[in-house]
Amino acid sequence: MNGGELPLADHLFRHQAGRMVASLARALGPRHLALAEDAVQDALVRALETWRFGALPRNPAAWLMRCARNRALDMVRRQGAFGRAAEALGRALEAQAPDEAQEPAELPTFPDDELRLMFSCCAAELPPAAQVAVILKYLCGFSVHEIAQAFLSTEAAVEKQLYRARTALEVLGALYDVGDPGQVRARLPSVHEAIYLLFNEGYHGAHPREPVRQDLCAEALRLCQLLEMLPDAGGPDTQALLSLLCFHAARLGGRTADDGSLLLLAEQDRARWDHALVAEGFRRLGASAQGWNLTPWHLEAAIAAQHALAGSFEATDWPAIRTLYDRLLAARPSPVVALNRAIALGMAEGPDAGLSALAGIPDRERLARYPFLPAAVAEFERRAGRTARAAEALRQALALARSPAEEAVLARKLSACQP
Amino acid sequence: MAKFALIFRGGDAPGSPEEMQQHMQRWMTWFQGLAREGVYHDVGEPLDPAGKVVRGARKAVSDGPYAEAKDLVGGFAIVDARDLDAAAEIAKGCPTYEMNGFVEVRPVRPMPPDRLRRAP
Repeated sequence: MNGGELPLADHLFRHQAGRMVASLARALGPRHLALAEDAVQDALVRALETWRFGALPRNPAAWLMRCARNRALDMVRRQGAFGRAAEALGRALEAQAPDEAQEPAELPTFPDDELRLMFSCCAAELPPAAQVAVILKYLCGFSVHEIAQAFLSTEAAVEKQLYRARTALEVLGALYDVGDPGQVRARLPSVHEAIYLLFNEGYHGAHPREPVRQDLCAEALRLCQLLEMLPDAGGPDTQALLSLLCFHAARLGGRTADDGSLLLLAEQDRARWDHALVAEGFRRLGASAQGWNLTPWHLEAAIAAQHALAGSFEATDWPAIRTLYDRLLAARPSPVVALNRAIALGMAEGPDAGLSALAGIPDRERLARYPFLPAAVAEFERRAGRTARAAEALRQALALARSPAEEAVLARKLSACQP
Repeated sequence: MAKFALIFRGGDAPGSPEEMQQHMQRWMTWFQGLAREGVYHDVGEPLDPAGKVVRGARKAVSDGPYAEAKDLVGGFAIVDARDLDAAAEIAKGCPTYEMNGFVEVRPVRPMPPDRLRRAP
């Protein structure tokens, strides 16, 4: 696609869709999310039908917003269901009308509205996967089809998840109050988790075709930056999460080879990392170093920082990383964290120490289908000079590969182990 | 060279905002390409789907649309081409087919120049 010479910002529709739904949902209340969504969809279709002929309005984002508001206003007045409330809703919508004459550079943004909706989506009544689905739908303008693709799920399953989520939101009556510091602090951990899960899905997701889905990572980063704008949410924990996302996002471009296969950390060309994002990661890490609360985000960011600090894979400070993983494992015990700790330990203390740490992972059976456990065994066997055993472990890993990209990286390692 | 009207009909809306924007950008790129090649004679115009129909000796006015939604005219453009086949070839580049739209290609009948002058 030749988007370079066109004057429309990348992902404008997607991002404005989220902003507009959030803004309308604030005026109409969460009970009318579906109406807000329909009005936004109509505005986008209208823009598509008009703008495709080549003439853009001076401020496309403001044009969209006005169009969506007018559409919502129409629907509110036409639907008898609103009764006497229609006039009040109409006034609320009209009061929000943006100024179309403003400079194109000034996008109408409603961070408060988006944040209200984001916090509402992270309700405890919703399972984390549903929280992320509903965030993608309403704040990121993803279609059901796109969400299903992202989570390797079916459209029917996503529809069901969204239906439940919408029902839960309707019961609330009003969107979450992000003006109240106590309320913000209470729900902030769930919001962090949802953003992290969204990023992780883009970074490690087991998608069969695209191993790294930059869109999901970019959305998670965007939402985290939005979160930071909320005074009661911009503290050290959000800074730590932001730092972590920046470090990981910096590596995205370097994680795939030209043929689309995954590159392991040791194989990545560090010159291809995004150094502006690395610098941003360090800046956020500095900002996160205050207060008394050391969160798992701090530890994960510090680990990612160690990798960013090392000029090469060989120069990595594995003892420091192992210590950080010890603390992370204590704070957030999970088999995957234990696996990473065992790898760091083995890199610091030698392959046999690594192998016994791998063998001692608690709840190891939960990793039974995780190809990177046998892959780690293979790596330490290879480093110990036992290539036959390494090849055997790689064959196990290969059988568990979840995508052609994973298959390619494991096959490459296997062929290096065979004479 | 002769003038041809490309009349864009039908077409479903793409599913997601991202797909809509990408589809729209392909249209814009296509029109830009036509302008660069010099075949794009005149600005294309979108038509609003809402409309009125005036019909019959009694000039009854009804609300549009006057065609099935799948055949609705979404807009038109005027291009220069050697003949009808060449104009149809130009229409093949339109991105509308991705969304089940279609293009009607019609020669614009040349009018004698003096017809265009106002009668005194």
